Amino acid sequence: MGILSKKDTALILDPLADNNPITIQVLGICSALAITAELKASIVMAVSVIFVLAMGNVVISLMRNIIPSKIRIIVQLVVVATLVIVVDQVLKAFAYELSKTLSVFVGLIITNCIIMGRFEAFALANGPRRAFLDGIGNAAGYGFILVVIGFFRELLGSGTLLGIKVLGDPIEKTGLYAFGYENNGFMLLSPMALIIVGLIIWVQRSRNSALIEEN
Amino acid sequence: MAINTDKNIYTIVFASVMVVVVGSLLAFLASALSAKISENERLEKQQNILYAMGVNENKDAGSVNFIGTEDVAASFGTYIKQQLVLEGDKITSDDAAYLIDLKKEETNAKAGKTRRLPVFIGEKDNKKFFIIPMRGKGLWDAIWGFVALDDQMVVQGVYFDHKGETPGLGANIKQRYFMDDFKGESIMSNGKYSGITVAKGNNDPINEIKDDNEVDALAGATITGDGVSAMIKQSVALYKPYFKTIATN
Repeated sequence: MGILSKKDTALILDPLADNNPITIQVLGICSALAITAELKASIVMAVSVIFVLAMGNVVISLMRNIIPSKIRIIVQLVVVATLVIVVDQVLKAFAYELSKTLSVFVGLIITNCIIMGRFEAFALANGPRRAFLDGIGNAAGYGFILVVIGFFRELLGSGTLLGIKVLGDPIEKTGLYAFGYENNGFMLLSPMALIIVGLIIWVQRSRNSALIEEN
Repeated sequence: MAINTDKNIYTIVFASVMVVVVGSLLAFLASALSAKISENERLEKQQNILYAMGVNENKDAGSVNFIGTEDVAASFGTYIKQQLVLEGDKITSDDAAYLIDLKKEETNAKAGKTRRLPVFIGEKDNKKFFIIPMRGKGLWDAIWGFVALDDQMVVQGVYFDHKGETPGLGANIKQRYFMDDFKGESIMSNGKYSGITVAKGNNDPINEIKDDNEVDALAGATITGDGVSAMIKQSVALYKPYFKTIATN
């Protein structure tokens, strides 16, 4: 047996597909539509959330037996806010450029419902090791969807990926644009993120009918 | 020993301990790092000012490249010949003018005090630049920047930054292609003060027409774009009397 048991692997892999926080639990939608107009921002957000959720899950899990249940939501909020601020301050002092890129995400990480959801549903009832894996898995599942949305929105909206013009130049009319192709400016607006999420949900459920809820 | 975590007294004690621990942790961190952070911010301001007047490491196209943090202090001394502070009719020279907090000055002005207006005079290739700091409102939060003008109020370069505009949309005001469009545009129009408008559908996406006081807007970022227009118009307007004095010299 490897380092990870079957149960452990499931903790990481389930949220990537059949128990995805965005497409199945419909959590974290707000940030999924706010920052996915370009791929780079999606990736940065995904990495930040993986870090914060894994760390936060471990901290909450270590404290799970001493947290008073009446104020547990407040305690969770304090933990995640502290973590994010500590990271932000340290980056500002030692990696100023990176912290400028991240600045807008800080607020979005704190308010991300996936983080509170995993603290409440998992970390409070499980040991730190499992909580850590669960954090990685759920944040990766969230990040994966973000990257997919960011990919399509940047490609179809701006004709670029990570800022590189992959479809040719829309002003000079080279590449695809020479054949009359136009960027779809609508892709840059937030509603398109929800439509893409909808399409992902559709594809996912048509491939796995066990995911369809019965009314 | 099992603790009864449901007791009120326990809850109160826990909350108090938590507040003290977290509070002191954050306070310690903030005071330990504040010197380093403000040093970073100081260098960034110098980089931004130099960027606006064209002292940067930009390649032909693509991303924004500032002059390196190791060299910025030296370059700032070389290229910025004078830092002036305008206070009403009084003009004083002040080597720390670039550290003036525009937000504070704005509050002072509202309270009826005289506003201190910094202006940086740069020189590069025998050309004089008048660099003016700007501050305004975007969609979500503050936006700011620097604009480098010649003595005829024609833009020679700009730098914009923002606190929390949407990535991929409003945040693109700090992209090279947007900032480069401002070069050559005039703040004046037929001898009148007009500012520069970030305009949608001006049929000039690569900005070849330089005398229309317009640059092409960013898709999906109308309010941030309008904020940039307003910021330029309002910030530069404060310097109108100063530019009159240089024009007559």
